[in-house]
Amino acid sequence: MQRIGVFVCHCGSNIAATVDVKKVVEMAALEPGVVHAEDYQYMCSEAGQSLIAKAIQEKQLTGLVVCSCSPRMHETTFRKAAERAGLNPYMVEIANIREHCSWIHKDMEEATRKAVILARAAIAKVNLNTPLQPGESRVTKRALVIGGGIAGIQTALDIADAGYEVDIVEKTPSIGGRMSQLDKTFPTLDCSACILTPKMVEAAAHERIRIYTYSEVEKVSGFVGDFTVDIRKKARSVDMDKCTGCGVCQEKCPSKKTPSEFNRGLNNRSAIYTPFAQAIPNVPVIDREHCIKFQTGKCGVCAKVCQAGAIDYEQKDEIVTEKYGAIVVATGFDTIKLDQYDEYAYSQSKDVITSLELERIMNAAGPTKGHLERLSDGKPPKEMVFIQCVGSRCADERGKSYCSKICCMYTAKHAMLIRDKYPDVNVTVFYIDVRTPGKNFDEFYRRAVEQYGVNYIKGQVGKVIPQPDGKLLVQGVDLLDNRRIMKEADMVVLATAIEPNPDVRKIATMLTASIDTNNFLTEAHAKLRPVESPTAGIFLSGVCQGPKDIPETVAQAGAAAVKAIGLLAKEKLTTNPCTAKSDELLCNGCSVCANVCPYGAITYEERQVNDHGIREVRRLAVVNSALCQGCGACTVACPSGAMDLQGFSNRQIIAEVDAICR
Amino acid sequence: MKYSYYPGCTLRTKAKALDVYARESARLLGFELEEIENWQCCGGVYPLGNDEIATKLSSVRALNEAKEKGQELVTLCSACHHVIKRVNDDMRNVEDIRQRANNYMQLSEPYAGETNVLHYLEVLRDRVGFEAIKEKVVNPLKGKKIGAYYGCLLLRPGRIMAFDNPENPTIMEEFIRAIGAEPVIYPYRNECCGGYISLKEKELACSMCEKIMDSAAGFGADLLITACPLCLYNLNAGGNGRLPVVYFTELLAEALGVKKEAGNQ
Repeated sequence: MQRIGVFVCHCGSNIAATVDVKKVVEMAALEPGVVHAEDYQYMCSEAGQSLIAKAIQEKQLTGLVVCSCSPRMHETTFRKAAERAGLNPYMVEIANIREHCSWIHKDMEEATRKAVILARAAIAKVNLNTPLQPGESRVTKRALVIGGGIAGIQTALDIADAGYEVDIVEKTPSIGGRMSQLDKTFPTLDCSACILTPKMVEAAAHERIRIYTYSEVEKVSGFVGDFTVDIRKKARSVDMDKCTGCGVCQEKCPSKKTPSEFNRGLNNRSAIYTPFAQAIPNVPVIDREHCIKFQTGKCGVCAKVCQAGAIDYEQKDEIVTEKYGAIVVATGFDTIKLDQYDEYAYSQSKDVITSLELERIMNAAGPTKGHLERLSDGKPPKEMVFIQCVGSRCADERGKSYCSKICCMYTAKHAMLIRDKYPDVNVTVFYIDVRTPGKNFDEFYRRAVEQYGVNYIKGQVGKVIPQPDGKLLVQGVDLLDNRRIMKEADMVVLATAIEPNPDVRKIATMLTASIDTNNFLTEAHAKLRPVESPTAGIFLSGVCQGPKDIPETVAQAGAAAVKAIGLLAKEKLTTNPCTAKSDELLCNGCSVCANVCPYGAITYEERQVNDHGIREVRRLAVVNSALCQGCGACTVACPSGAMDLQGFSNRQIIAEVDAICR
Repeated sequence: MKYSYYPGCTLRTKAKALDVYARESARLLGFELEEIENWQCCGGVYPLGNDEIATKLSSVRALNEAKEKGQELVTLCSACHHVIKRVNDDMRNVEDIRQRANNYMQLSEPYAGETNVLHYLEVLRDRVGFEAIKEKVVNPLKGKKIGAYYGCLLLRPGRIMAFDNPENPTIMEEFIRAIGAEPVIYPYRNECCGGYISLKEKELACSMCEKIMDSAAGFGADLLITACPLCLYNLNAGGNGRLPVVYFTELLAEALGVKKEAGNQ
């Protein structure tokens, strides 16, 4: 028989305001096995933990139930406290009476009843708990960074500088990401390329960084410290070792009608291309879908003009398999599609553009060589209107509920740059709120208004109306002046909401990392573990976790690197002992468990068993506890009931259910 | 194919053309519009008061009759379509309205929004198909540049009407192409004509209609089509007369070569 202690936490008023904690103590004390029950204001505090330790020693407790917050919050805390007091940490169970009870109920009587039931279930389980011993696993001293934008580059540099090997996998032909598309950066207005390209070069030249561009992560298996990853190196059709990056092939390529992804489709590129002049590596790829040679078999101009003989039409995709101890996701973002926002006439007029398109127009290497001009007729604009929050802070299902966070600042930047370079152009900005928290940010916005005379109007735009003469009529409201506005403009710029790169869903599934309803990767804890995924060994860097600007991205990239380094620095990791185990006398070797195991942790062997005196050789399931993640799929699938999960055995679960239904 | 048909009052008086051309064209296109018995005025405006059900009952009667026949309910006038479609949505989704309307109606089986409401244009697009119409056109309106005027009632509220993209609709443009003419896309095609405000503030309605006409003419239209009697009235009475305005069904009948037969009725 266990000797169980029950500890009920008030969590200040978080629990105690809705749950009668004294009543929970009183009821818990009546349960079988319980020899001690008490409540305390903050059980997780030093004093609370001492209470637990004291009770373990004085009452010779063999099991603990802590009625408190979610086990994701403090299970580790209480397990450690128990261990320090000489109790096996797996003899501790948490009854979550905060998130699952006090926070979601209003009625005290009802909430108290539920808290008692939850405590009862946990007590029933502890009665059947057995001490478990964690194992050990090794750590592969290499990190994988998925995504080669500023987030990925910074994380890789930091990890490599700490002395560990890093691989960057980037989907496009070059590293650089969104930041390479930007012209100038707020709030200092320094040129984006000037601060990014040195970092790109540094990453490429680093002895401990390997860069796979034009490559994608295809498969991930294993677990923290020991991931195995398949990387698909897409066929570049150009030999990386032979190419000198002279660029002649791109010049001579006769297929020049593919919209340039880098310039957001504002101009065209050749079928053999590098995305931009400072691309790293400076080796082009052949876009086979648009290549005449690949489509018709007749062409081969690039191969003829290549002095280095680097063109290789026969090249095939290659799969590289590598081992990693840690994985950092840095997959970044894209702007949303605007097909739900036809009132802004984006699909109807070439002179309605997104802010990212304006970045390319303003950039000296962009489609207009840096000249601000209308894309419809090439004329310089006189009146420009910026519309903020297009798809951000949206109340209905058309857009995103969140604030994209960067738009207020880059719109102020665009407005300021235009007023500075073209003082005769009038600039109007429609906004809901101007949100500029951040170092030197509000000063920056005020400069746009006060020094550069940008006309800010608080109000939203209902419609952009293309006129027969090519002008745009912007119909909006001025909320401060309480009047309707009809404003004629030559160009309209939409501060389009950002969303996580669509590939992130696929990657998150491979990594079993959780994502939220907006496809942002979820942190392990919103405040205390913001750069870690709840899945051990997976770290988050940049906008894949939530909207952020460049300084924040770089800071988070560094934080993710530190967390990854902390993991790689360990020689051994302790493994979770809550793994599956097969009862050899019940196993009939049917293979159902192996088929459902997502981690490939179950194999079969022929072994002699002694079944009540009968000795025979049987085919039996064997669980590799280093690979098993304790998901429990096999225990459900097993038709003979041979598979059981340690720490969550079938008997324990049923005991909990019985306690709840009692 | 047989549909229940709700013509509405205006189609019996001012907007006869909208109705007769539609019926004649339907015959040729192979579907039948079976007028429901004893239909009553839809009220002309969707009643926003949700503590009041009397104004919704006419729609419920029509919807229920179609349900009893097991038919879809087809409408033609934009205002009727708007009212009936929204009341149907209420009956489907708003418990309080559904219960009180049914308490009043005392039907053998309560009505809960089962009937599918279709606008005539939706029948053309989703049941007949514009490709099939194209094949039946004997008198293609070649060279005609036509601006579709949607107005607001067919499109909004977008979630309930589910007619087309309210900001960038295409159904009437597809229709114009099907009858062999060239659609002119202009930004005011989904703006309001002023509706009933023309009774109270004629000038306001006039200025709205002028904008619509100028915009369409500016983009090169030489004719406007509409599905709404009130829009047609306002555009003709309040617009500056720059463009003629006709019902889309008239052009359909003309393209299908049945305009004369319809005219004889």
